[in-house]
Amino acid sequence: MIKELWESFTDALESLGAVVHFLFRLIANTPRALLRFSLISQQIFNSGALSLVIIMLSGLFVGMALGLQGFQLLQRFGSEEALGTAAAIGLVKELGPVVTALLFAGRAGTALTSELGLMRATDQISAMEMMAVDPIQRVVVPRFLGGVIAMPLLAAIFSVIGIYGAQLVGVQILGVDSGSFWSQMRAAVGLKDITEGIVKSLVFGVTCSLIAVYQGYYATPTAEGVGRATTRTVVTSAVVVLFLDYMIIAAFL
Amino acid sequence: MRKSRTLNLGTGSFVLLGFAALFFLTTQTTSRGLSFFGPPHYELTAKFDNVGDLKVGAPVSMSGVEIGRVDKIDFDSNEYKAVVSLRLNERYNKIPTDSDASIYTQGLLGGKFIGLTAGGADTYLKDKDQIDFTQSAFVLENLIGQVLANFTKSKADEQTPAPVDPKATEKTK
Repeated sequence: MIKELWESFTDALESLGAVVHFLFRLIANTPRALLRFSLISQQIFNSGALSLVIIMLSGLFVGMALGLQGFQLLQRFGSEEALGTAAAIGLVKELGPVVTALLFAGRAGTALTSELGLMRATDQISAMEMMAVDPIQRVVVPRFLGGVIAMPLLAAIFSVIGIYGAQLVGVQILGVDSGSFWSQMRAAVGLKDITEGIVKSLVFGVTCSLIAVYQGYYATPTAEGVGRATTRTVVTSAVVVLFLDYMIIAAFL
Repeated sequence: MRKSRTLNLGTGSFVLLGFAALFFLTTQTTSRGLSFFGPPHYELTAKFDNVGDLKVGAPVSMSGVEIGRVDKIDFDSNEYKAVVSLRLNERYNKIPTDSDASIYTQGLLGGKFIGLTAGGADTYLKDKDQIDFTQSAFVLENLIGQVLANFTKSKADEQTPAPVDPKATEKTK
């Protein structure tokens, strides 16, 4: 029993070490991959532009829910005008980066994992190695960098749409004064809050993309293995993102 | 060729949209944006004994109309006073030199703002001028302290004359 626990602990440590090692390999290959920017740009399109619809729709509804909930809560204290502040700070610092990362893991992360896993299963990666093309540099790094670049932009779009969603519910429907909605937001939100949001989404971008490409690249080359790797991508990304979120908040306090 | 063109177009518009969103967040949701795009303005300073919890970005109003914002709050270590820089809209450039600035509270527990009251002088304040007449923030703790002090003093006054008139105390018994 204790031996099994110890073994699962060392296994977890080992895979953590493998992920970190993989990250260093990706970073070492980044400068050369940057020379072929068209590959990265294509991946920005795949992970970023194709995730736009889900990000924008979710942002709108999260913002609207926040507007409605915040209004109900703030009304008790007679300070509905603080709705803009509450929505903006909540979205920019917390909900924007975190929800975007979770959606990204579900929308783009799974696509990356299954794509790389299938490449592995159909021996495309081995074929590249045979042709002396480094698959890390040609296939993995562009996908990783595309995710890292796309995430902060997606999070920013999410926050902006969310703020407009809160404005739609709060100002247009529930009748909060438009002037105080925006002016109280401007008075309360600082550049530091925006920076925190950007730092968070950058870290989440690295995390989610790294987990996705790692799981895909080292997937067991069978149909079942690819399926399991895809599931692991979503689960691991979600847990790690929420854990890192707490750590970053603590660091920014 | 055709396909890569639409692909690049898509990537380009996505990146543009993302940066537009970032730009919106930094300029429109923070007070920072006003300094980039604000209307032409000029600056005045005012020295206060105590600014309370006045914040940078708080409104400066005259007759209840917002005419500018607090730009900077500093401490003058020679005079032991708070130096507040006000950034006022260029449109409102006819403020008499003997106007006075006071710090008020919005609502009962709201944020602080600066209210200017026009004086009667014929000359007007210009850029980098100083407002000489100021009135500090009303600090709730000090007021409560004063009320408590008055209260205990008046109670002491009530109690001291009582033993002077022994008959009155006997009657109440």
